[in-house]
Amino acid sequence: MHPRTREKLILTVVGWFAAGLIFFPIFWMVLTSFKTEVEAVATPPKLFFTPTLENYITVRERADYVHFAINSIVISVGATLLATLIAVPAAYAMAFFPGKRTKDLLLWMLSTKMMPAVGVLIPIYLLFRDTGAIDTRWGLIVVYTLMNLPIVVWMLYTFFKEVPKDILEAGRMDGAKPKQEVWMLLLPLSLPGIASTALLSIILCWNEAFWSLNLTTSQAAPLTTFIASFSAPEGLFWAKLSAASTIAIAPILVFGWMSQRQLVRGLTFGAVK
Amino acid sequence: MVSTTTSAPVPSATAAAGERSQRNVKTLPLVAPSVVILFLWMIVPLAMTLWFSFQYYNLLDPSVGGFAGFENYTFLLTDPSLLTAMMNTLFLVFWVLVITVGFGTLLAVLFDQDFYGRGIARLLAIAPFFVMPTVSALVWKNMLMHPVNGLFAFFARSLGLPAIDFFGSFPLTSVIIIVAWQWLPFALLILLTAIQSLDSEQKEAARMDGAGPFSMFFFIILPHLGRAISVVIMIETIFLLSVFAEIYVTTSGGPGLASTNLAFLIYLRALREYDVGGASAAGIIAVILANIVAIFLVRSIAKNIAD
Repeated sequence: MHPRTREKLILTVVGWFAAGLIFFPIFWMVLTSFKTEVEAVATPPKLFFTPTLENYITVRERADYVHFAINSIVISVGATLLATLIAVPAAYAMAFFPGKRTKDLLLWMLSTKMMPAVGVLIPIYLLFRDTGAIDTRWGLIVVYTLMNLPIVVWMLYTFFKEVPKDILEAGRMDGAKPKQEVWMLLLPLSLPGIASTALLSIILCWNEAFWSLNLTTSQAAPLTTFIASFSAPEGLFWAKLSAASTIAIAPILVFGWMSQRQLVRGLTFGAVK
Repeated sequence: MVSTTTSAPVPSATAAAGERSQRNVKTLPLVAPSVVILFLWMIVPLAMTLWFSFQYYNLLDPSVGGFAGFENYTFLLTDPSLLTAMMNTLFLVFWVLVITVGFGTLLAVLFDQDFYGRGIARLLAIAPFFVMPTVSALVWKNMLMHPVNGLFAFFARSLGLPAIDFFGSFPLTSVIIIVAWQWLPFALLILLTAIQSLDSEQKEAARMDGAGPFSMFFFIILPHLGRAISVVIMIETIFLLSVFAEIYVTTSGGPGLASTNLAFLIYLRALREYDVGGASAAGIIAVILANIVAIFLVRSIAKNIAD
């Protein structure tokens, strides 16, 4: 065999082995979700069994699962829309009309993201308690909007900077007003960037588990909080937990795979290119 | 409409230079909403935490109150549980960093090579990062690390070894394994991006000069990764200082305080013991810790924004 081909085959085996090892817990969870509760805890563990959809049906029939899923969707999408709405004008101004302090402003925004949430847990908790925002969807939407705003501003800023200025300039020459310029030129031109920014924001909101565990109990609890309730000893239904978890992570996993490139940009604030 | 924006934080400086002669845009109203709400979000609660940390304040006992001076701090600093929580926090951050950066670098080099189905293998390898923390913690706790029905226990018994009671005997190590599994893809993704930006001509030149895979790794790839590795370390540190959900659903900080980190200690003090003053003092310590890292991170980002 040609040494190059052999090398490639060895790399293929090693690469897939490493990937398989890392992915294994997820694979095992998905597999368990198709077992019965008895099979799920069987020793030795069953690799071959008759798959059943029973767990998915049970989970779906429990109305509260749908309730938690809807909370997750409403909160993630709501916070993402709100953050984008606030961030677009700021990113537009910073990308196209930079001043002396634009860079400092941007850095300051990013630095707010570096404050640990526990540092402000108590005041936020008390504020929420006193205003009746505990366990409400809008309360969590506000927190998530603020949590992601720096990342959204930052990502939109970098995407806007890639839009050729000449096009906006030309539009302006033709008499486009600022609002028209943003709506009819900038936003359509940077749509892919805006989409991946929104996707990243949704991922971060969906998986957030500090504020959701501390600020919600049942009414507004998203899936992170719901899954956490399985940690109680009486809640040890592994197959049902697996089914509930599989549905909970599936859409976000797909989103994450779609946006892996932009993810690096968003999460490192441009420190790695 | 007057379009001069002298009071704006971001006056159109380039307009003066003639580049934007077409129009002066008022940038203040565009930037202000973001700045104002971020300012409120950061400063107001932080100021409140600072204020509470100097107060006697218990949620259950309204008779307790008044200015406490530094008493919350002296109490906290002489309390062995703070030291335990700090040590646990640093231990967790350190080991997760070692595991994720170490394996992340190796995996990044591996996934930079050309092999069959690399794209799909890479998707599988980054998947854990998108799993919500409560799910990953419970999957590891119940299905893999469970001392009776877990997969690891089964493997141990098949080899004739006693099953390990992960969360009973090694609570903090178990949490570290779970958190490292979640953050490994993050390190991999960023280091892979950095490796791929390496000039292929440089690699080719080194190869021509007879550099083997090892000298290639140590003299070409690793120096190139230096910056990316430091960025991974800084960003992970900021997030790892406040690991919470993984502890919440697996060990609840126990047994005793064995797996309680600073974030969890603050949660216990504030929302389980209702001691707002003491918890706030601990919160301020957490903020200071994170800020030390953040300063270096901001500098590193600033360098790159410059261009």
